[in-house]
Amino acid sequence: MIIQIMVIVIVLTLLGFFIRNTLNNLELLGREAGYGFLFTPSNYDINQHLIEYNSRSTHLRATIVGLINTGLVAICGIVLATIIGFVAGVLRLSSNFLINRIVYAFVEFSRNVPVLLWILLWHGVMVHSLPHPKQAVTIADVSFLTNRGFYVPKPLLEPMFWWVAIALVIGIAGAAMFARYSQKRQEATGQRYPVIWINSAVIIVLPLLAYWMAGSPATLEMPVFKGFNFQGGLVLTPEFLALTLALAVYTGAFIAEIVRAGILAVSHGQTEAAYALGLKSNWTMRLVILPQALRVIVPPMISQYLNLTKNSSLAIAVGYMDVVATIGGISLNQTGRALECMSIVLSIYLCISLLISAFMNWYNKKISLVER
Amino acid sequence: MAEQNQQDYVPGTHASLPPPISQVGIAGWMRKNLFSSPSNVILTIVAVYFLYKVIPPILNWAIFDAVFSDVDHRNECREIAAGACWAVVRARFDQFLYGFYPDYLRWRVNLTFVLMFVALIPLLYDQVPKRKYLLWFSLIYPFLAFFMLWGGLGLEPVESAKFGGFLLTVLIGMTGIVVSLPLGIALSLGRHSSMPVVKMLSVWYIEFFRGVPLITLLFVASTLLNYFMPPGTYFDLLLRVIIMVILFSAAYIAEVIRGGLAAIPKGQFEAADALGLTYGKSMRLIILPQALKISIPGIVNTFIGLYKDTTLVVVVGLLDPLGISRATLADSSWQGLSTELYIFIAVGFFISCFAMSRYSLYLERKLDTGHRDK
Repeated sequence: MIIQIMVIVIVLTLLGFFIRNTLNNLELLGREAGYGFLFTPSNYDINQHLIEYNSRSTHLRATIVGLINTGLVAICGIVLATIIGFVAGVLRLSSNFLINRIVYAFVEFSRNVPVLLWILLWHGVMVHSLPHPKQAVTIADVSFLTNRGFYVPKPLLEPMFWWVAIALVIGIAGAAMFARYSQKRQEATGQRYPVIWINSAVIIVLPLLAYWMAGSPATLEMPVFKGFNFQGGLVLTPEFLALTLALAVYTGAFIAEIVRAGILAVSHGQTEAAYALGLKSNWTMRLVILPQALRVIVPPMISQYLNLTKNSSLAIAVGYMDVVATIGGISLNQTGRALECMSIVLSIYLCISLLISAFMNWYNKKISLVER
Repeated sequence: MAEQNQQDYVPGTHASLPPPISQVGIAGWMRKNLFSSPSNVILTIVAVYFLYKVIPPILNWAIFDAVFSDVDHRNECREIAAGACWAVVRARFDQFLYGFYPDYLRWRVNLTFVLMFVALIPLLYDQVPKRKYLLWFSLIYPFLAFFMLWGGLGLEPVESAKFGGFLLTVLIGMTGIVVSLPLGIALSLGRHSSMPVVKMLSVWYIEFFRGVPLITLLFVASTLLNYFMPPGTYFDLLLRVIIMVILFSAAYIAEVIRGGLAAIPKGQFEAADALGLTYGKSMRLIILPQALKISIPGIVNTFIGLYKDTTLVVVVGLLDPLGISRATLADSSWQGLSTELYIFIAVGFFISCFAMSRYSLYLERKLDTGHRDK
């Protein structure tokens, strides 16, 4: 009890010390802390903005643009990293000597070099080694790879396209209901529908049907070479590409090791038992090995996702405008409000990671083995 | 007929036949590891094609067509050969190692670095002769290193703005590792404690530092830390950065050790209490030795992460190897040679991080006294 009171006193004294110093310092600088500046014009441009933004928009809007950019890198990176990780992790267990060694070298090289270095290296290669727009490397004459970015056709959606989206949602919901129904039926009668085939058909066919009925409400805008650069189309900037690829490869190497360890963690007796029960080998994988391996794989993998999201803050090194580079970088330098800007950045990241760890705790509880 | 055969082959009268030639030696190895099934054959062909496409161009660029000689400008490199221009690394090699540490004082850095290994060896391997005395040296070493690097007390002082290159990397990494370990242990004990206030504060600390990226903390160190200090106090950027790195990695270490604490059976705590040991003694003699043993591989991994993260200090303007390379690329005679510089730094990091991860594997095997079936 005495120790606890002492700890409280010490912590409160320290806090009081810091707060008093901060107030003193602000007074010396002659200004008050406050978030009013968020609603003044930002006066700077952001080259990649998925929502409406120009230099007359507010700092708040710049923050949101940055946040969306962070999210974009994080989501693309996570999807890519998962694919790379699973492929590399499974190949690492291959009995083929060459494949095994190549993947081993890849994993070790990716993991043991700082991710910032990877980002800069990819960015350097893209800016210095890819051709100018005039000699662009073209893929099927619709996409162009240049040192100013990767130009791809941009889908232009008309209002009627909403119907397609709605059809997709209905399709997915229907598929989920059907899966549940067939599961129940199997448990009751032992008979099974070909669920995977029927469901994929439903999910693909419904939106296609809607697309056709709504009269093809989407067109593609092609990038065209005009003057010195490509016009139109969708451009993936070298910064975005370098950041996403570097993060995906780096995190993918970690995920590969997690996947490998997870599969190895399932004891061989499980496979033998499944065979003894007469299960086929792909059923053994799907119904016996994978569920057990996933229990080991998923928690560390989610913490890798979290790492990737946090590492996306390295964007500032290549000039990609994420949330740190907007509110914590240019806005901070323009307004000089270090305290307010940094507190916003810190709380944004804190919220993201607390949300993810709350989800993880829920998931761990759900899948943890029920023991006596 | 069968009887006949049995009589022909009386055991022991014939030399045993050699194993089939396709099952042993190189042929057998290839058959087993490269061509055991149709899908395996396809994989092998794909792998060989991949290696054929990738390895020769890389070797050509990095070695056969590369320039190693001592030239002063990238254009001279281009005149000699089309490959990598390693001359840039050669020209700036000293800066990559020491930053702007004065030339005539670099022996101090070298000596500190050599002594670091003397201090490390008794910590890393427990079969060193006279380990006890060497451990005392390890204990004094941090103070000695501080004195050697910054000077004072008769040695010529060097200000920390002159520190740079791999010197800075090792300095920040090592200080972070040494100081964050005890801090992390304290935090993990706090989180494991039964006192609600201590527990809550530890959880807040750990969750906060694990929840935000290091880069934002470094920005806090460079822009914000002065706000929290009495007006007029100033302490230099390197020190602020090191403090942040320590606080950051302590949270991660605490989390790793918490895993170790959680893995210890409840009976151990109860047995320690039953013996009448105080909290301090039971932790020091019974709980922590076991918990730390379990968490050592995780701790080493955290250290590797910390060591790699030292590259981030470039964003607040410290001259670590990336900072040096940035300065080099700004020089008009070396513009555009980023690939060479980054690969050089990458190799430097790869060697040290790979060595550390091998060491962690060695420890894992050595400490694995458990009863898991292999």
